Amino acid sequence: MKRFWNGYQKAIADDHYFYERSCIRQTFFPGSEAAFLKILREELGKDICDNPHQHTCTGIGYHSDVVPFDTTMTVVARLFSLMTEYGYKNYVPSCVTSFGVFTEMMTKWEEQPELKEKARQYLWEACKREFEVPENIVHPSDIIYKFRFDLKPKMKYQLLNRFTGRPLRVVEHIGCHYAKIFSHHGIGNAEFPYVLAGMIEAWGGEVIDYPERRHCCGFGFRQYLVQENRGYSIANTKKKFESMESYEPDFILTNCPGCSMFLDKWQYTIAEMEHKTYDREGYGIPVLTYEELAGLLLGYDPWTLGLQLHQVQCERLMDKIGIAYNPSEKYRGVSGLRHPSPEKPEFLKV
Amino acid sequence: MANFGFKISTPRSIDLDNADRTLYEQMLEMVPSYRYCIGCGGCTATCSAGQFTDFNIRKTHFLFSRRQYDKLTTDMLPEVDLNKCMLCGKCSLVCPRGVNTRGLIVEMRKLLLN
Repeated sequence: MKRFWNGYQKAIADDHYFYERSCIRQTFFPGSEAAFLKILREELGKDICDNPHQHTCTGIGYHSDVVPFDTTMTVVARLFSLMTEYGYKNYVPSCVTSFGVFTEMMTKWEEQPELKEKARQYLWEACKREFEVPENIVHPSDIIYKFRFDLKPKMKYQLLNRFTGRPLRVVEHIGCHYAKIFSHHGIGNAEFPYVLAGMIEAWGGEVIDYPERRHCCGFGFRQYLVQENRGYSIANTKKKFESMESYEPDFILTNCPGCSMFLDKWQYTIAEMEHKTYDREGYGIPVLTYEELAGLLLGYDPWTLGLQLHQVQCERLMDKIGIAYNPSEKYRGVSGLRHPSPEKPEFLKV
Repeated sequence: MANFGFKISTPRSIDLDNADRTLYEQMLEMVPSYRYCIGCGGCTATCSAGQFTDFNIRKTHFLFSRRQYDKLTTDMLPEVDLNKCMLCGKCSLVCPRGVNTRGLIVEMRKLLLN
């Protein structure tokens, strides 16, 4: 029995991580990765390498059949060679798609060692580099999950509604490539994924278990890359929103860049197309990444975390928690210049 | 509305929770034997109209029992055209459950096409 349940656990390294940034998170949730590095270095005192020579994992191209398997394998090998060069053994890819790509390559190399030798040969021929396979590969959400109780005493706020005193009701959404491909790489396996639910419960919130909880967010690569196909993407998102609507969630927590983006932005599109929002007042349901949530509760400035770049604005959520913020600083850039306010949507209130 | 270049695709899943049961309930009152159908397809196998057209009585029953009434009406191109049935009644003769299949078609026409 113990061995059986061990399949639902996951080894997460304690320290000395090699971080790999995501391609799309830098654009849509630009404060999340900086917040993660700050939390690890300043709050937890961990060593994490943010290497400037990193590059794409080819995930989006790979899953859209643009980049062939051998190329992806070689690109992954180059990223691992950077980790080897800088003396790290614990690999932490920021993106769930990258996490899926890396776990896939590592599994392939384990099952077919000749492929690993092929990758070594390609890498050497391409750029005269060598690599070692990471001893431990985890997603950053795994690390925050592991240290969730260490972070809790440092937090200024809890997931409580200060007006009612009740826990905030949270929908958690885990990226499909986190545990649905290689389930043993996810906390709680693919059956009982607990990585985000564990954070929510530890920090005072209440997890909503709704019918379409494990349904895809709509970020399937083939569904959105071609504009004409995006009706399939948004149909998935709509299905999830319709399923969660009656539970009246206070916000959605995600660990995947695509899920954060689509659950957030499609709310605007659905509102424009069907004049429908999934909260009572017409403001939409805010979507947070786990780094943004941890940063907010730790008392980081919401505008430094990049919350003003979300489609569904988070002020009402911050009011519920009691987080202090300065509205006049919302559109002031890091250079000190004040940027113009964005155009307002027609139907989604902001 | 802004033109996004795409529309929200309608899923093909059948939502029985939100389906309109009115017509189905009416049908059960008019043809009580409808509830005994086991979907064996005997009616379709013997159907004269089905030999020459795409009329499919078993499919008709399924669509109606799943409350997919729009697929049986002739406003758009219907999945099954109820007008193709010649009301010969052979389906009623072969039904192992004694369902009044001919009566079903007649009542469906009244409910959906009139």
